[in-house]
Amino acid sequence: MSESTTTKLHRRQFLKLSGFTGTGLMLGLSLKANGESVIEKITRSYLDKERLETIAANADAYNLTPFVIIEPSGTITIMNPRPEIGQGVFQSVPSLIAEELEVPLDGVTILQTGGQKKYGNGQFAGGSSSVRTSYIQMRQIGAAAKDMLIAAAAQQWGVPVAECYADNAKIIHKPSGKTVGYGAVAEAASKLEVPKNPALKDPKDFKILGKRYPRPDVPLKSTGKAIFGIDVKVPGMVYASIERCPVFGGKLVKYDDTAAKKVKGVIGVETCERDINGHHSVGVAVLAENYWAALQGRKALKVTWDYDGHESFNSNSFAESLRQAAKEEGAIDHEQGNFDKAFADAPVKLEAFYETPVVSHSAIEPMNCICSWYDNNKIEIWASTQVPGRIMDQFTKKYNVPEENITIHVLFSGGGFGRRLYPDYVEEALELSKKVGKPVKSIWTREDDTKMGPFRPMTFSAFKGALDANGNPVAFQHKVIAPTLDGNKNYDKTKTNKTMTEGISEQKYEIPNMKNLFVFHYMPVPLAAWRAVTSTTLAFAHECFLDEMAVAAKKDPMDFRMAMLTKPSDTKTLMQKLREVSKWDTPLPKGWGRGVAQWEFFAGLAGYVIEVSKKGNGIKIEKAYAVIDLGTVVNPDTVEAQVQGAAVMALGAAIKNGITFNNGQTVQSNYNNNPIIRINEMPPVEVHIIANGGPVIKGVGEPGLPPFAPALCNAIYAATGKRIRKLPFDINNIV
Amino acid sequence: MITLNVNNKTYNLDVAPDMPLLWAIRDYVDLTGTKFGCGIAQCGACTVHVNGSPVRSCSFPVAAAVGKNITTIEGLADNKIGQAVEKAWIELQVPQCGYCQSGQIMSATALLKNKPKPTDADIDAAMMGNLCRCGTYQRIRSAIHRAAEIINA
Repeated sequence: MSESTTTKLHRRQFLKLSGFTGTGLMLGLSLKANGESVIEKITRSYLDKERLETIAANADAYNLTPFVIIEPSGTITIMNPRPEIGQGVFQSVPSLIAEELEVPLDGVTILQTGGQKKYGNGQFAGGSSSVRTSYIQMRQIGAAAKDMLIAAAAQQWGVPVAECYADNAKIIHKPSGKTVGYGAVAEAASKLEVPKNPALKDPKDFKILGKRYPRPDVPLKSTGKAIFGIDVKVPGMVYASIERCPVFGGKLVKYDDTAAKKVKGVIGVETCERDINGHHSVGVAVLAENYWAALQGRKALKVTWDYDGHESFNSNSFAESLRQAAKEEGAIDHEQGNFDKAFADAPVKLEAFYETPVVSHSAIEPMNCICSWYDNNKIEIWASTQVPGRIMDQFTKKYNVPEENITIHVLFSGGGFGRRLYPDYVEEALELSKKVGKPVKSIWTREDDTKMGPFRPMTFSAFKGALDANGNPVAFQHKVIAPTLDGNKNYDKTKTNKTMTEGISEQKYEIPNMKNLFVFHYMPVPLAAWRAVTSTTLAFAHECFLDEMAVAAKKDPMDFRMAMLTKPSDTKTLMQKLREVSKWDTPLPKGWGRGVAQWEFFAGLAGYVIEVSKKGNGIKIEKAYAVIDLGTVVNPDTVEAQVQGAAVMALGAAIKNGITFNNGQTVQSNYNNNPIIRINEMPPVEVHIIANGGPVIKGVGEPGLPPFAPALCNAIYAATGKRIRKLPFDINNIV
Repeated sequence: MITLNVNNKTYNLDVAPDMPLLWAIRDYVDLTGTKFGCGIAQCGACTVHVNGSPVRSCSFPVAAAVGKNITTIEGLADNKIGQAVEKAWIELQVPQCGYCQSGQIMSATALLKNKPKPTDADIDAAMMGNLCRCGTYQRIRSAIHRAAEIINA
């Protein structure tokens, strides 16, 4: 990259903010920089470039904390550490600050942080954690900034602080009615001590939190103006498309790029490494003046791979090996009472085996990234990513450069679903930029995205259950047979893996004797977290088997579950709410059936009642009633949207074919053979939120997913008598 | 040299005639509201209007667009139906990640031009080619009905 383009680029992207004072309030940060002037780099705004340039030109902006910047003009900027991937954090997280700061969110500029340490450990989107883990901290930041502004105004007026309050970005002196805008006292405020324990608002006074507040990114996303990673263009950049070995574990032997280099626009061919969850590979990248030329050049490459025996892997024999592995005892995940004795002694015993498929994330924005390696050891990245914090941490270590040398611009992500937790596609682009000395924009094709993984693994589940003479559950066992996500071939088989047994031992059902187990079985393809992780397969198996036990006990599935929930719990409250909103106890038309399921796991708690009707040889989903328990809700409109979306993703994973492997390669390639749900298949989902307060705040993005498939399959059983124990199934051909 | 008319502006582009219209619009005309999703006309993220009809620009050679009026999401604000659709989309808070929404809006606008009061079946037929991985379909349907109300008001 030439010096002039670097300079040009940085002048536009970097914002100068002097007078940085503030003490970081978050996560033990202590930036004691009172009165120090610093040059602040701020990540790219999601808002208009003109707006950014206005801030940049204003050298008198002040930080009250690293997260709140108030300019003398009164313009307020809030730094958002959570990447927006569709889950609504571009509104929900800044609103936590805005609420306490007493500013309307509409007038605030929201910028994304780029992994800098001073913004703390929370710079990622994952685990449905954004709101639930920062609800108090972010409010404290807003409250502290507000207290500093009030103190500065009181000082200026020579009046007691207690006579002043803040509202709508102004401080008001109650007795005299005098007012002053935040901008006018921002400089004085920034020189004050940051209060350690600022008082937080009473929730009854909330103006933003808990309301159906419009999301500031929605107008941008409804007019084509939102900037995603794939939309960024930087001066001097070239495009890359990378050919990777189609067989996982295969090696690059040699390549002939003679024809590729003859394609008009192609400027070079380079090798490029990829590391993803225990899988290392080397690919061949074609670099070109435009993306189309890079694709044409890639087609003209002649690459020789050594598949090294890995071409024998296929889904059918892998599934068979999982069924064999199910015969192993496995490691104990959780044990209570005496399962073996209770099961042996019980009059009614059940056993069942459940199977699920591999699925892809298939975010509609394919993986892509721009990386620039310049001035020997400086790095600039523009990415749709869920993990700016992880990228900063990994790259400072891997490339041995200080944080100041790395700039990460976090753009809107066109879907994440767990895929963008892994920066393999960023590292590829960075290596290429280092090799060619220019910024490189790498874009995966849909085929790359579908075939190369990482994938959500399949899990198989073996169950044993027993009832006493009255049909009460006395013994229960869920054995999970699965690989681990990290690609570790040599996993210690004596140990359980809580990610792979997620939730199976944490349900609130009171069963006296339980022994849950985990059997590790290696899978030789790159694996990863998928939205709601392993709960997406385990909840299906677990809640369907409980339904089988209810049927064997000749009990209503809701009553059967409620009888196991005698103690007060959020699960019990959730089930009561499901029963009520779905009118569970009213009769359905002939040929219809109802099913229920719930799931509690690290991300939160939700449940469904689903109604289906027979339609030809298949079924139609008439209605899904969802209840999600949050404790505290920040934006009910976002929650409703997230649960509806989770239902769609769960339905796809239940009824679409998913990912299979043959000859060591992924069989599916694009949406034509790896379909996702379309609008005509969308069931109506009615969402109810429980927000009864309390100290625990639960997640939004993921919990709506796991209980959908089991509620659906339980409804299908109720309507048709057909028990589905294997996903995917054909919804149009059940009987 | 390829001459394109995009949103009532003329562009002379030095691109290969077989380059898909999508890449000409994104990389050369510099309008990035039109998205790349699949490259084989399966997802609809790249939907634009060519002479008023919805077209998957990822599978439409740029040479075939010469002499035709191309409208992208950026050109929709000049169109009464497009304005209504965008307004309804914002009112109902349709987008989640938002990546597919330009394509959804282009397809919805084309539908409402032909059928100002579409039924649910009309919506299914017109919108089936537009995938949304976030699952915003329920709101897309409501927003199309709402846009119809706005247009017919």
